[in-house]
Amino acid sequence: MVSRVATRRILEERDDVVTICLPLFLAGGQKERDFAKNNPCITVDGCDKMCAAKGVEMYGKVHPKSSIAISEITKKEKHSKPKSKSRIEPEDEKLVHETMKIINKEVDKVKEEE
Amino acid sequence: MSEKKKSKHIIIPCSGIGKALGTITRRATYIVTGELLPNETDTICLPLLTIKDEETVRKIRQNPCITVDGCVAQCAKKNVEHHHGKLKGEIKILDVIKENPKLKPGNVLDIGPDGEKLARKAAEKVLKIVGEKS
Repeated sequence: MVSRVATRRILEERDDVVTICLPLFLAGGQKERDFAKNNPCITVDGCDKMCAAKGVEMYGKVHPKSSIAISEITKKEKHSKPKSKSRIEPEDEKLVHETMKIINKEVDKVKEEE
Repeated sequence: MSEKKKSKHIIIPCSGIGKALGTITRRATYIVTGELLPNETDTICLPLLTIKDEETVRKIRQNPCITVDGCVAQCAKKNVEHHHGKLKGEIKILDVIKENPKLKPGNVLDIGPDGEKLARKAAEKVLKIVGEKS
């Protein structure tokens, strides 16, 4: 939930980023799979299974430019894990904001390198 | 004598964050698995299926699956079919929207009261499929 909300809010704030549905790598066509190959990707994963990062590697045959793991943020910043799967509660907002800060930083870093 | 583990229906929402409909698929899934039929249903993380996680692939092959998709791409259904899952039924939120034209969902981050009603309508459709014989 946190990874989706943080990503969605970034999309609404910035006009230099887009996203793709991860399952579309498999359900879609070559155009979707080429998305990762043709665009620098920053993955945002909610747990240590790292589906987004692995999906980019598996289907795009490239490494993400940056991989963000929410589980690492909760450990490092000592945030408690969100309790609800359906909604972001007020106590989760700090974690969402922290995640957004990191995504913004990584996007700016990738843009500088391009 | 060991008892055969009773299978659960696996309800699989899509992962879309482009429109409210994706959020509604997940809300509908949690209504079913968390409130209405917690002992008879379960869910999986669709991206885990996309990356071919062994345990997730085994789960959808061993249990009847109901997909809940938010758009015409039907990622949940296609991912289950690709991995030879036991697809018992599919729900398309676009159909739920057409059947309830007065309900206007909010946005991706907040589906609003009408979005919640649409999620409950979708959950009712899931219940119907769960009740059907395989």
